Amino acid sequence: MSASTTTRPARPATGRTGHGRSRPHYGTHVFLTVMAVMWMVPLGWALFTALRPKADTDKYGYFSLGGAFNFDNFATAWTQGGFPRYFMNSLIITIPTIILVLLCSSMMAFAVSRVNWKFNITLLIMFTAGNLLPPQVLATPLFEMFKLIQLPYWFSDSGSLLNTYLSVIIANTAFQIGFCTFVLSNYMKALSADLTEAALVDGAGIWRQYVSIIMPLCRPAIAALATLELIFIYNDYFWPLLFIQSGDRLPVTTAINNLQGTFLSNYNLLAAGATITVIPTLVVYLVLQRHFVAGLTLGSSKG
Amino acid sequence: MSTPTELSDSARRGSHAGQKPAARPRRISGRVRRLSRRDKMVLGIMVGIPTLVQLAFVWIPTLLSVFLSFTRWNGLSLSDIRAAGVANYSYVFTDNPAFWPAVQHNILWLLFLAVIATPLGLLLAVLLDQQIRGSKIYQSIFFVPVMLSLALVGIIWQLFYQKDNGLLNFLLGTAGTPAAVDWFGNSSINIWAALVAATWRHAGYVMILYLAGLKGVDASLKEAASLDGANATQTFFRIVFPAMAPINIVIVVITIIESLRAFDVVWVINKGTNGLELISALVITYLIGEGQSIGIGSAFAVILLVISLVPITIYLSRTFRKEKF
Repeated sequence: MSASTTTRPARPATGRTGHGRSRPHYGTHVFLTVMAVMWMVPLGWALFTALRPKADTDKYGYFSLGGAFNFDNFATAWTQGGFPRYFMNSLIITIPTIILVLLCSSMMAFAVSRVNWKFNITLLIMFTAGNLLPPQVLATPLFEMFKLIQLPYWFSDSGSLLNTYLSVIIANTAFQIGFCTFVLSNYMKALSADLTEAALVDGAGIWRQYVSIIMPLCRPAIAALATLELIFIYNDYFWPLLFIQSGDRLPVTTAINNLQGTFLSNYNLLAAGATITVIPTLVVYLVLQRHFVAGLTLGSSKG
Repeated sequence: MSTPTELSDSARRGSHAGQKPAARPRRISGRVRRLSRRDKMVLGIMVGIPTLVQLAFVWIPTLLSVFLSFTRWNGLSLSDIRAAGVANYSYVFTDNPAFWPAVQHNILWLLFLAVIATPLGLLLAVLLDQQIRGSKIYQSIFFVPVMLSLALVGIIWQLFYQKDNGLLNFLLGTAGTPAAVDWFGNSSINIWAALVAATWRHAGYVMILYLAGLKGVDASLKEAASLDGANATQTFFRIVFPAMAPINIVIVVITIIESLRAFDVVWVINKGTNGLELISALVITYLIGEGQSIGIGSAFAVILLVISLVPITIYLSRTFRKEKF
């Protein structure tokens, strides 16, 4: 699995000579360049539109190079669109969810992969299947359940779990645990049994084995999953859409939907707003790309 | 990565529930230790909390969906729930104007991803797996949309598709003329426009997974094939592609599940109406729309559940068949 991605064998020029192979690559390059340009067009167009003042696009048209290019739309979208609030909400939802997901799933994965007991595979199957369901399948009852849960008004102004950050955190946690448990259990299974046996001889309990032996060894997998979950939960559109009614509690991804109303027919501002929401993902992409890709492939390479 | 682990070895030796994997005889012979009371408690908590969360917020709601689909309820008070038999289903199958279009769109979504987006991702992966210059740059470009939410993908493509100010109509020379196409607004073509947007993201995802898969294929297999006189195409389809069977299964499952989960893009565009009906969107329409009809929404959810169980079962049986039950 992931180990094989790092130990990629150097590809010797087999068969034909190395230089002979470079000719067919021209076609490949042309194709890839055309595709790459096409791939960049939608985002590029959004960025291009965002950089131009509305007055100039009205004057010269959207398909022109005339007029100024500046970041005014970004500043306007940032304040008018209420982005600081939305980013804060995203943070409030994302960080606890990641911690809860990784805590729960690593405990579960430890229990099903390092200890042999009757229902471990059955439970693992249940967890894995849960993550594969479309969220809409359980949306209605979950919504009604959250509506029926009574909470004191100092905690929730709706008197229920609806319209709270907690509702989104719970739904995301429950939904993501399955995937992370699956990935981590595979990872932990591949660790040698001798590791915990030695600890067993020393009289270390289950908790000690989990905290001081297995978890430190799972650091690469945890890093990959944390990055992946960061993107998944930041990108989650559905649960906040379902549970949160107050616009000022929405995370960024769900709030961009409202920008269409806020920036009615001001496409420059809408484009700037869209571009702003891309920035955190791009930062993660640039800084943590390796972990993100590792996380994606970890989840899929179980054969 | 299905290497037999020490754990499954010990499992074969038959240790009982609540017991540690039988210790290897050569190390600590005869010291098969039962878990202490404290360890059992710790283990109970470690399993109990995640399982409780999973049951309470995933599986019980799923079962409740099935229950609610046989009732009539406006979603207000629990005492208003009335048994309805299969009335919701017969309404959905025969009278609901949006259901069959939604089924068609979901199938179209699946076919489009399966026939265009997934093979495109595979093609990109195969081309980029050759040691060509700039491979990393190309990969990064194709990968960017994978990082974006589908909701944002919808917004970004909306800017591109707009009737009068969108780039596409300008490139086609129709912008501002009566011939300009409203790509997301016209009910006969907006599903295709949405599918192109979805492909933009899906192909990059498939590419990344296949790039990992291709690197895992033993290079000597390819060498042997080319020594036997197979050309590149033959080598790929006869040797490399079959060797990636585990990844292929994952891709098939992902493609099916993505097409069932498709929701965000159409919801951002027009809340899944006017040519963009999808089963998943109908569930939510009946939940939060005017005149809540929980029973009908749940019937849609159950239909979605039943269809989803097909790829889920395929995947689980492939994944877990080697394990001990």
